[in-house]
Amino acid sequence: MAKIQFIDFGGTARTVEAEPGSTVMEAAIKNGVPGIEAECGGACACATCHVYIEPDWQEKVGAPSSMEEDMLDFAYDVRPNSRLACQITVNTDLDGLTVRTPEKQA
Amino acid sequence: MTETIKTDCLIIGAGPVGLFAVFELGLLDIRAHVVDILDKIGGQCAELYPEKPIYDIPGFPTVTGQGLIDNLMKQIEPFGPTFHLNEMVAEMQSLGTPTAPLFRVKTNADTIFEAKTILIAAGGGSFQPKKPPIPEIETYERESVYYAVRKIETFRGRSVLIVGGGDSALDWTLNLAPVAKRVTLMHRRDDFRAAPHSVEQMRALVRDGAMDLRIGQATKLEGQNGRLEKVLCRDNDGGEFAVECDAMLPFFGLTMKLGPIADWGLSLHENLIPADTEKFETSVPGIFAIGDINTYPGKLKLILSGFHEGALAAQKVQRYVYPDRRVTFQYTTSSTSLQKKLGVA
Ligand SMILES: Cc1cc2nc3c(=O)[nH]c(=O)nc-3n(C[C@H](O)[C@H](O)[C@H](O)COP(=O)(O)OP(=O)(O)OC[C@H]3O[C@@H](n4cnc5c(N)ncnc54)[C@H](O)[C@@H]3O)c2cc1C
Ligand code: FES
Repeated sequence: MAKIQFIDFGGTARTVEAEPGSTVMEAAIKNGVPGIEAECGGACACATCHVYIEPDWQEKVGAPSSMEEDMLDFAYDVRPNSRLACQITVNTDLDGLTVRTPEKQA
Repeated sequence: MTETIKTDCLIIGAGPVGLFAVFELGLLDIRAHVVDILDKIGGQCAELYPEKPIYDIPGFPTVTGQGLIDNLMKQIEPFGPTFHLNEMVAEMQSLGTPTAPLFRVKTNADTIFEAKTILIAAGGGSFQPKKPPIPEIETYERESVYYAVRKIETFRGRSVLIVGGGDSALDWTLNLAPVAKRVTLMHRRDDFRAAPHSVEQMRALVRDGAMDLRIGQATKLEGQNGRLEKVLCRDNDGGEFAVECDAMLPFFGLTMKLGPIADWGLSLHENLIPADTEKFETSVPGIFAIGDINTYPGKLKLILSGFHEGALAAQKVQRYVYPDRRVTFQYTTSSTSLQKKLGVA
């Protein structure tokens, strides 16, 4: 298991356990973390699972694929550390990962 | 005054479920008219994931969203449904009785139908442009912010800011550049999803000084009395800049909303329409709800469930359309009468 921390727009932090192989989005939805909608269920087709990766984790998490970049065009307030949570697969290297959820999902 | 279209069944929504209902109705000699607000057939499959594979359509180990729609269109061809695209079903008025229902339905393009039955196959609702959550954007929607171009003339001589990186944004940039006083295209990155040749044409206009391209995102709108004067923006390094404009066209894709059907007086549950599981009829006799739009105990939002719902609803539609007919059950494999209808016998 890996621990993932979500910090919402108001600053409240929630830590959940995620199974390696699942996605950061799934960990959020399974545990009812607010701030992530995931309307399309992880098909990279809705951009409502937008998160900001904390700077010290950016390198480990890596950059979005070109399909994900295209979908990020539909998100609001996209930043250099923006990712779609359904496109980040959890592994033990990501134990302790911290992401922030935006003010609004588009 | 437009002519009223009389039909046995009006289907709202040309998604996979509405399309397959055309087939099930056709086998029972019921011709349908199908309305969809999109300019293309296929609902979510065609709009949201045309190239992605679906793995749970019985008999198809894998088929893409668009592939499924193409096949459905082939399958329903013998029944020649009439499609009314780019139209949103708006008003409904009941003219009949519970045993002999009749409905008058009007679209936002003023097409009027008189239908004996209505199948609502509206999925997640009608596709509508997504509004970017920029503060106070609603204040400018009457005079300055548009989510679609209805008339090019609206933009003649104006300074237009177009936001987005897909085909709509690029196509309208190219179409409005000769008409507007000035067109600025803004996108969050210097990389576009739109068709490469439109991107090239756009870059050529920028080189010639005929339009502007800015990389950034809108953060705030400024103006007076609903008239936009400038849009404040942020580039990717946090730098700020402003674009002076009196019209803005944000293209951020589509979202689904139940829309006017919510006001039809049907029972609703969290924006879904409850239906029974025997005939998928709603609280109003003669109006059915099938596919993603309905809800009942155990509901699964799957295409295959929607197909089943359409088959059962069609049986009850038949009761309304042909009240005196003796109903017999037949297989397409063995019934010559069904095969005649399909044009294969
Ligand atoms: C990314 C993604 C992947 C999916 N993968 C699968 C899968 O693998 N297997 C599966 O079974 N399902 C899958 N689904 C779900 C599946 O696409 C839906 O269950 C299916 O599209 C529902 O079909 P429908 O015909 O009920 O509605 P929709 O496909 O939503 O079509 C409804 C249509 O009605 C129109 N409409 C609505 N209201 C109006 C109105 N008032 N006037 C005019 N037109 C109107 C809409 O514009 C729309 O075109 C997936 C969905 C998504 C988004
Ligand atoms: S859940 Fe839809 S893009 Fe991630």
